[in-house]
Amino acid sequence: MADLPASSKTLDFTSDGSILVFEKLCKNYQLGEVELKVLRDIDLVIKKGDYLAVMGPSGSGKSTLLNIIGCLDHPTAGKYYLGGQDVSVLDDDQLSSIRGRHVGFVFQSFNLIAQLNIIENIEIPMFYQGVSEQQSEVRAIELAELVGLGDRIKHRPSELSGGQQQRVAIARALANDPLIILADEPTGNLDSASGADILTILDRLSEQDKTLIVITHDEQIAEHSQRQIRLLDGQIQKQWYNR
Amino acid sequence: MFFYRVRRTVKLGIKSLWLHRLRSTLTALGIIFGVASVIAMLAIGEGASRTAQEQIARLGSQNLIIKTVQPPEDQHATGQQQSLQEYGLTYKDAERFRNSIPNIQVVVPVRRVSQQAWYRNRKIPVEVIGTVPWHLETTPIRLIMGRFLASADMDYKQDICVIDEGIVNELFAFDDPLEQHVKIASDYYTVVGIVSSQSLAAAGTQESVENNDAKKQAGANAGSIYIPLTTVKDRFGEMTVQLSGQSGANVEKVELQEIIVKVANVDLVVPTRNILQTLLERFHKKADYQLIVPLELLRQARRTQAIFSIVLGSIAAISLLVGGIGIMNIMLATVSERTREIGIRRALGARKRDIIFQFLSETLILTFAGGLLGICLGCTIPYFVTHFGKMPTVITGTSLLLSFGISGAVGIAFGLYPAYRAANMDPIESLRHE
Repeated sequence: MADLPASSKTLDFTSDGSILVFEKLCKNYQLGEVELKVLRDIDLVIKKGDYLAVMGPSGSGKSTLLNIIGCLDHPTAGKYYLGGQDVSVLDDDQLSSIRGRHVGFVFQSFNLIAQLNIIENIEIPMFYQGVSEQQSEVRAIELAELVGLGDRIKHRPSELSGGQQQRVAIARALANDPLIILADEPTGNLDSASGADILTILDRLSEQDKTLIVITHDEQIAEHSQRQIRLLDGQIQKQWYNR
Repeated sequence: MFFYRVRRTVKLGIKSLWLHRLRSTLTALGIIFGVASVIAMLAIGEGASRTAQEQIARLGSQNLIIKTVQPPEDQHATGQQQSLQEYGLTYKDAERFRNSIPNIQVVVPVRRVSQQAWYRNRKIPVEVIGTVPWHLETTPIRLIMGRFLASADMDYKQDICVIDEGIVNELFAFDDPLEQHVKIASDYYTVVGIVSSQSLAAAGTQESVENNDAKKQAGANAGSIYIPLTTVKDRFGEMTVQLSGQSGANVEKVELQEIIVKVANVDLVVPTRNILQTLLERFHKKADYQLIVPLELLRQARRTQAIFSIVLGSIAAISLLVGGIGIMNIMLATVSERTREIGIRRALGARKRDIIFQFLSETLILTFAGGLLGICLGCTIPYFVTHFGKMPTVITGTSLLLSFGISGAVGIAFGLYPAYRAANMDPIESLRHE
């Protein structure tokens, strides 16, 4: 609430416009005696407006990378700057605030809360940031209209199709106007038509200069992005720009 | 802003509880019955103790009452055809008390006789109380009209009487009783005054305090008539003759039925009791007296009440504890059932304390709703107890506040751990939870 004002004064952009910086980032898991190195010395810079696709086979460290970018997990070693702030030193409450304020999550299984209607679901991140009641309601309706669900704001998630649910999730991710939108297989649970809808929305967000990070298996989705990273055994195998 | 957060969280809590209506209701039942039992038990306990204490207090806390009782060995006549039993308190006893106890305020010797009273053609059973002018100092009975007995009445053995309201109602429905003549046995007595009813005519022993209702039902006396002690002695004598079929006549001689001793203040009651005890033991070989100390009865009643309250309180507390454990159990189940929701909320920016607040408020809603319903139920039970069980009950404001406070405390105590568990779940794990 008071920790992070909406104008985000604490987060200065570095001069070259980079939003996210990894410096020799490592993540190890202790599995009994064995130490499992899931991420090894990742160096990565993401700039404002980037549309990045992270690819890689299972076990390559995609999910771990997503968790760290989303501030759900701490790196074992190395530095992680989000908007110029060193995230690796923050405590649990501060990480929660960063997640709510600067990261917008879009999950494969939508993860809407069943007992709340569309508006209330979109309002959740604003509620935890202390946005006032009137403001958050106005903003939620605006976002519902943006993703084309302006006429179903009082419906429950169970009354919507998968594609519509994912659109609500995208609206929710945009609620606090975050620095990055983090999508984990956003079309994984959808039929191709709905999936295409979602990709169109993501493309449109990218055009509006939002920073998107999509983690996926799907080459077609990766095609939509501007930039691709391929992970293998916890390292960046290769990265390139699409256009 | 804070208000909005609270309102929102409470609304969400109600929504979640409503989603599992049956479960929530069953969970709240524990608290409902716990709170209801606290209130009902306290009300019954309070009612019982208040009645007992009122009855004892009416005897007067500065009084010591010595009553004549029939000595146990005399109860079966010793084979004689005609036996004269002489026992009980005497005028000498009263005299001795007056002379040998320094801090005594008044001594009231009392003689009681059961008789019939006539006025015109109406007849009622009454208790004739032969007493002294300062009798009123020892009881809460008030003079309503006219005057009470005077020293001159005593000296000249006047045929006058003071009647209580009970008799006024029974005998003098339409007449002004003052200056009328009431016939008791074979003599007429002029009514000079009216006093308030002595609702506890024979109160004195613990048993009579408890069995007061039973005595009223036996209901021999419509009321009491006060007559100078000297007059009573002259008119009614000191002998009672009982005719029984086989053993013939049984004659008892009793001078006084009761001596009431009043001391200057409450602190003197116990030392005076000891002196009285010694005097009585020395001059009465038979156990034909009973010493009643209302103050001690009162203290004893309070002690009993304290124990009673503790016992009732513990039983009620245990039922609340069981209710609380039930709540905790359900909340733990709820938390694990909603693991994914917790993960989502954490990812969307909820801090640990937000999660704690959310689950704690759910528990509190449950316990407060249960507490309110429990209070309603708890207030109804004493009503039925009074109505059907003929037992007095008193619901005090303290017991309501107490039980409401307890239900809140139970909510916090048993809601905190599940809420804490919820808040400390790993967000990554919870998001993966199916």
